[in-house]
Amino acid sequence: MTPITPYHYLVLSAALFMLGVIGVMTRRNIIIIFMSIELMLNAVNINLAAFSQQLHNAVGQVFAIFVVAVAAAEAAIGLGIILAFYRNKETLNIDEMNILRW
Amino acid sequence: MLTSYVPIFIFIVIAAAFAAFTIVFARLVSAQKPNAIKLEPYECGIEAAGDARDRYSIRYYLIAMLFVIFDVETVFMFPWAVSLGKLAVFGLIEMLLFLFILVVGYFYAWRKGALEWQL
Amino acid sequence: MPPGFSSSDFYYLMPELVITAGALLVLALDVLLPRAWERVLSWVTVAVILGAGLALVPSAGQNLTIARDLVAIDGFATFFKVLFLVAAALTVLMSPRYLTLENVHPGEYYFLVLCATLGMMFMAGGVDLITLFIGLETMAVSFYVLTGIIRPNKRSNEAAIKYFVLGAFSLGLLLYGMSILYGLTGSTHLRVIATSLVAGDGGLLLPFAVMLLVAGIGFKIAAVPFHMWAPDVYEGAPTPITAFLSVGSKAASFAMLLRIFVAGLPAFRADGLGTAWGQPFGWGAFFYVLAVVTMTVGNLAALTQGNIKRLLAYSSIAHAGYILIGIVAGSTRGVSAALVYLMIYAFMQLGAFAVVVMLRRKDIIGDELKDLTGLYATHPGAAIAMLVFMLSLGGIPPTAGFMGKFWVFGAAIDAGYVWLAVIGVLNSAVSLYYYIRIVVFMWISEEEEKSAAFGISPAVATVLAVTLAMTVLLGIYPRLLFDFAQASAASLGSVPSLGLR
Repeated sequence: MTPITPYHYLVLSAALFMLGVIGVMTRRNIIIIFMSIELMLNAVNINLAAFSQQLHNAVGQVFAIFVVAVAAAEAAIGLGIILAFYRNKETLNIDEMNILRW
Repeated sequence: MLTSYVPIFIFIVIAAAFAAFTIVFARLVSAQKPNAIKLEPYECGIEAAGDARDRYSIRYYLIAMLFVIFDVETVFMFPWAVSLGKLAVFGLIEMLLFLFILVVGYFYAWRKGALEWQL
Repeated sequence: MPPGFSSSDFYYLMPELVITAGALLVLALDVLLPRAWERVLSWVTVAVILGAGLALVPSAGQNLTIARDLVAIDGFATFFKVLFLVAAALTVLMSPRYLTLENVHPGEYYFLVLCATLGMMFMAGGVDLITLFIGLETMAVSFYVLTGIIRPNKRSNEAAIKYFVLGAFSLGLLLYGMSILYGLTGSTHLRVIATSLVAGDGGLLLPFAVMLLVAGIGFKIAAVPFHMWAPDVYEGAPTPITAFLSVGSKAASFAMLLRIFVAGLPAFRADGLGTAWGQPFGWGAFFYVLAVVTMTVGNLAALTQGNIKRLLAYSSIAHAGYILIGIVAGSTRGVSAALVYLMIYAFMQLGAFAVVVMLRRKDIIGDELKDLTGLYATHPGAAIAMLVFMLSLGGIPPTAGFMGKFWVFGAAIDAGYVWLAVIGVLNSAVSLYYYIRIVVFMWISEEEEKSAAFGISPAVATVLAVTLAMTVLLGIYPRLLFDFAQASAASLGSVPSLGLR
């Protein structure tokens, strides 16, 4: 056992990030994909907070605050777009988004 | 070494012990005489109607989205409030401008009828 | 005022402030004015954009950073701001009739166009990762909504969802790369990153971060293999927005790419990220591969398209490949070539889309190639304009497109990337096939019936006239643009410090 170092945070955030990426690539429900993207953004926040703590530098925390705010705005926009889609199509499955294709 | 995990370990033990203690202790000391009304989710409140797995009205999401947007903006006010002493009047005006922009958005949502429940 | 700020900050931020105030004004007017006055909104928007253009005048020739080193006012930023404002104004001009036909409410539309423009301006001016990120998101979020703004239309819905999901995903990649850069240097400022990073820092973390940044920005500029969203989104979005997306969003993303890589990571262009097959490589190698694949796949895919918007989407992917050649070539010459190409591309692409906007009539979507048949017979002016845009996109001599390609390939040869230039020329030859195909469709005279005449609104006619004039003018007399671009590119690496950090 070793003390908790910045590397542990990096590993944690990398794991979370990979979970998000895998979720985006394998899931078929648009809401779940969207949640996976939020996981990726939160992995970024862990990174920023950990670096900020390690470097004794507040910039990382400021960055993280902006990421949180932007993620919220994106969530609102995304849900709005998904609702508009659902009203027309009655499905949330991305396999059924097939009007536009070559 | 291991010592840096001790606070976390103590925390976990206390949290688990507290939860277990509360449940077990309540079981031990309480008198149990159930009847139909007592077993309702809200014994003293509005009578439950319908199923818990009902679909929410779509308007709920609209209000929720508006709430999330305006709610998250307060995150910018905490660092601002902490350093207002240094920022002085300049910071105050900046924050008022920020709030003004939010108010314009709020006004727009209001006039567009986004806050009306009956449409 | 707190240290680091001064009243001159606001003087130089005027263009952005004008756009912000204008956007709020449009939003307020939308709910305050009676419905019959909706038409006014487009003129208010154009006036706001012109106002921002006037406010840009003091920035000319400046080279400084403001607002605690977060934003640069230099030639590079000014060049792109001019491009964005021109693109935004032309987009607004081609919108009103289209919006009426699609039954879109104009208030939100113009508000979002202004917001997107604002975001782009910060992407060009930002010299701090946080500023760049905020600018990028302001633009991207506006575009997500604009893409899906025709709510009853399933194509528009679907395009918005695809754009949103892939845009948010690429943002995640980009931010993760940025967070590692911050961790390695302790700063989000590009100049500090440029001066404090040395090869070998953080072991594999640095190459990993660079790869994430390349992928994240690759999505935004629609470079192959990160291009999958572009054709779908371009086809589904309202046509004026497709035009704005393919010009404004692409240019802004290239501005951010240049800022991050050329100004932020200059030491790692040719080497410093590791070795592959015994050769040291830097981010230049990534873009080399991206450029080749992007040009080739974009052009080959465009050959078989039957939908004009989709065809132009693939063509715009290919053009991103040509622009990447300039970035691979590096140096002031290469960067200025990329800038020249972006500006020329803006005019010819907007012009081509203006013709597609024109084709939208009641009951006819007008975005299939066959909708072009007989255009020369009914509207010779528009057909000739389209001919010039197609020749220019294909890079045929007297037009501006040729000058752009000439400059980019020249920069590549200068820098010793002869093969890259050869691949570029071969690709241009391939691209001629589908551009000429569009022209052929316009000249086929057809058996009457459907080539029903349609009116050209004065606003769209203005757009056509401006883009046509610029496409021809820049082809004959490109010197002015070259000088402007060269001065702008030179300012990219030389932002002075306020000495605050």
